[in-house]
Amino acid sequence: MRLSRRYQFCASHRLHLDSLSGDENRELFGKCNNPYGHGHDYILHVSVAGEVDPETGRIVDRDVLDRIVREDVLPRIDHKDMNAAVPEFRDLNPTTENLAKVIGDWLCAAFRNRLPAGPRLSAIRLEETGRNTFDLSME
Amino acid sequence: MFLITRKAEFSASHRLARPDWSAEQNAAVFGLESQTHGHNYVLEVTVAGQVDPTHGMIMDLKELKDIINDEVVEPWDHRHLNHEAPPFDRIVPTAENLAAEIWRRLEPKISRDAAHLHSIRLYETPDLYVDFAGPGAVDDKEGR
Repeated sequence: MRLSRRYQFCASHRLHLDSLSGDENRELFGKCNNPYGHGHDYILHVSVAGEVDPETGRIVDRDVLDRIVREDVLPRIDHKDMNAAVPEFRDLNPTTENLAKVIGDWLCAAFRNRLPAGPRLSAIRLEETGRNTFDLSME
Repeated sequence: MFLITRKAEFSASHRLARPDWSAEQNAAVFGLESQTHGHNYVLEVTVAGQVDPTHGMIMDLKELKDIINDEVVEPWDHRHLNHEAPPFDRIVPTAENLAAEIWRRLEPKISRDAAHLHSIRLYETPDLYVDFAGPGAVDDKEGR
């Protein structure tokens, strides 16, 4: 059984590689290379897998999952300029692929800390816009 | 193999509470969910199978709709699950337990030679959903 919960955050980013020239960056990333950046309303789905606890009928306590995401993950990126304000993106292009991996790392650490006995983080889905969706399996 | 998915909706009230626990115990474990409230549930039922060369279908979608209606929507829609929808007088009606009960009801009616119940997804709200691929299924062992 797998339970998924959906969260939202807003952040800005600019896709840019210091190793490329200005023209090459514009060629590769197009509008996403705009020097002042741009933003999205991201939607994050966090999926948790495990056995249903026979006593409570749940895989996971929703409050614990909410605290993991709302306290350990979202404050690092919500309403932030990710290139400037998120240390992980100092040397990493903040594409949504890389953002999903970074969020996955934060979630893994938070699960180890707050849910050491399980359940396990199964997958994350990150929607950058209504048209771009990224799925990352964590198993 | 094809997968086809049929969607259904039902609205029901429930409370997450064990009958054998005190109100305080239930409130401590289930929080606000221990009080009676309701949801607009959305159920997605996915059937896997081969396309029959004669009629070009995996299974008749009208039949699938009728099975879902008879087994889930009619008995649960606009009901208080704890009071009116056994086994939830004894079992806490979490999304997980609802999904397992839906599987138990649908699987024997749907699965046949040419098609079988592949998975179900139940949305309790747009922000919380469970996926279940049946007891003992390979997907279940993988936690799906």
